[in-house]
Amino acid sequence: MPFKRKHLIGLEDLTPEEIKSLLDTAEAFKSISNRQVKKVPSLRGRTVVNLFFENSTRTRTSFELAAKRLSADVINFSVSTSSVSKGETLIDTARTIEALESDMVVVRHSCSGVPLLLSNVLRSSIINAGDGMHEHPTQGLLDMLTIRDKKKKIEGLKVVISGDIAHSRVARSNIYGLTKMGAKVTLVGPPTLLPKDIDRLDVKVENDLRHAVKDADVIYMLRIQLERQKRSLFPSIREYSMFFGLDESVLKLAKPDAMVMHPGPMNRGVEISPEVADCKQSVINDQVTNGIAARMAVLFLLAGGEANEIAAYGG
Amino acid sequence: MKLLLTGGEVVDPANKVRGRFDLLIEDGKITKVGKDIRADGAKILDVSGKIISPGLIDMHVHLREPGFEYKETIETGTRAALAGGVTTVACMPNTEPVIDNAAVVELVISKAKSEGVINVLPIASITKGAKGEEVSELGSLAKSGAIAFSDDAAPVMNAELMRRAMEYASQFDLPVITHCEDKNMTLDGVMNESFTSTVLGLRGMPDIAESIMAYRNIEIANYTGAKVHIAHVSCKATVDVIRWAKKTGLNVTCETAPHYFTLTDEAVKSYDTNTKMNPPLRTKEDVEAVIEGLVDGTIDCIATDHAPHGRIDKEVEFNTASFGIIGLETLLPLAITELVITKRLTLEQAIEKLSVRPAAILGIKKGSLKIGEDADITVFDMENEYAVDTSKFFSKSKNSPFNGRKLKGEISAVIVGGTLKFKDGKIL
Repeated sequence: MPFKRKHLIGLEDLTPEEIKSLLDTAEAFKSISNRQVKKVPSLRGRTVVNLFFENSTRTRTSFELAAKRLSADVINFSVSTSSVSKGETLIDTARTIEALESDMVVVRHSCSGVPLLLSNVLRSSIINAGDGMHEHPTQGLLDMLTIRDKKKKIEGLKVVISGDIAHSRVARSNIYGLTKMGAKVTLVGPPTLLPKDIDRLDVKVENDLRHAVKDADVIYMLRIQLERQKRSLFPSIREYSMFFGLDESVLKLAKPDAMVMHPGPMNRGVEISPEVADCKQSVINDQVTNGIAARMAVLFLLAGGEANEIAAYGG
Repeated sequence: MKLLLTGGEVVDPANKVRGRFDLLIEDGKITKVGKDIRADGAKILDVSGKIISPGLIDMHVHLREPGFEYKETIETGTRAALAGGVTTVACMPNTEPVIDNAAVVELVISKAKSEGVINVLPIASITKGAKGEEVSELGSLAKSGAIAFSDDAAPVMNAELMRRAMEYASQFDLPVITHCEDKNMTLDGVMNESFTSTVLGLRGMPDIAESIMAYRNIEIANYTGAKVHIAHVSCKATVDVIRWAKKTGLNVTCETAPHYFTLTDEAVKSYDTNTKMNPPLRTKEDVEAVIEGLVDGTIDCIATDHAPHGRIDKEVEFNTASFGIIGLETLLPLAITELVITKRLTLEQAIEKLSVRPAAILGIKKGSLKIGEDADITVFDMENEYAVDTSKFFSKSKNSPFNGRKLKGEISAVIVGGTLKFKDGKIL
């Protein structure tokens, strides 16, 4: 199993083999998560630091649980950007954290490129937990894990990703991951939320959600941030919801067994109707559960773990 | 005090002279150019195999003093210029305080005399505090020695104010230099809007934010009779606008900077903050258009937009990093390597854009090696390749994306006002 990396910055530069290796490892960890004793000793004695410059209870908790299930020591470090601006730079903060002898640093930041920057100045492994509008690789992995679970494959599936593609790191990581694994990805949104030349990424681009979901195996709805309206990116929530909201009438146009996904937190009634969010086709809660296994796999493989080791735990 | 340059090749496009000539300097002026000059008592500077050019003139430099001395001072900035073969700079007014009144103009001029090592010509802000609200006292500024007017990186967004400012400026016959950027369109952009910004997840600034303002400023200048000079043209859209304007007979001059004919926005892929500047690095098509603009004369000159920043400004997140890179010490080598060696420009054309044209735009009697002219002279090597080493730069700041790059066109010697001030890497 080829996985020799020290850092996980994004899915853009991973090979399909590396992604498969991550997904297979995550799969193995999933079965451990189903046991009564959910802990394995793989990272005993290692220190994982969650360095979050942006609030995120969900992702931080998921990483924390993943690290703890691998028996690592976990430190949560939330830095409000205001305290960073008081003369202490990002690099100072990160070096301070590393002085605590961390082995792995999970970093989230509102600026794109921060994990890459840190990987150049710190000795620890860096795991990107979301940087600006760039990438959120573990989200991409947990989404692919969820799709593979339900559909038993990724290759050849039609995946529609709809919403604010321009500002979405989730969209980017999913585009890279899914296209590398052979899915056919269609992006949907108003032109104002589709970033420049995105079609150069081996994806189809459409403006009509109803048309796009035809024959879709997966419909992935992105959260729309309401403040985008102030920047004239769409005229009103009402209009956005009318054209880009997923309700039962739109869902009916997809394949009958199409999966509905969302990275959370949802704006119920805006990009997704409550009925669809809670329907049988929705796997939104599975995504959250799979997040732990996906992050365990990332921590484990970056720390140099071998897949057969998990088998030894009965995973 | 006599100085005789021997063995070099004189390239003097202003006077259409090129050839292996000696050049004699007496009392700060050029007194003879010719074969085998004999001058009793002259100090001899052997420049065999080297090019003798009129001293370079960089009309877009940030010296940062007063106010931002941790980035650069008049002393360190002019030393960097000297080491880059630049004998005259025009410096931008975005200092603290802003160069928007006669007292600050005089301060810069007097500091440049006492601490500088080359000629310094201050540019004054066209609006008070460069705030884009009220026109500065342009008359007093002109009288105290301002060479041009500009709000540089704080472009005047209000078209009516710009119209009145240019109209008023037109009586002093000094150029109005405009950084063209529609700030509403660029908002919190940090790089060119392109496929690369999409991939990097960085906010983009579209090229049309530049070309739209270039068009507006050309229109206003021609309506009012002002002399407009478009700063740092970075993209095809702006080159096209200026080419059209010149063809139509509208008055406009412009410059580009070496990074716009050397690098594309793909350089940003490392999130290296030394690739962040405004206007931003553009695409391959834009780089090609800028070079074509230089070739066909649409772009008059090359200036650096030398923008020193300290480590605290640059060793930060890409979004929060300051815009700008230093350029004085790589100006000529980049022009030689990227334009002359590649045969896009002749050496004469390159020197025109680095010395002759900026002198004409600024209305100063320089950029020529004619007898009687100021002896501002740059001597450089066309053959030897060297690697850029920012740690050896004279600039106080090191924010260059060109560290380690292999270039030709290394500066050998620089003479300012008849005095040999730089030779073989050392300031004398």
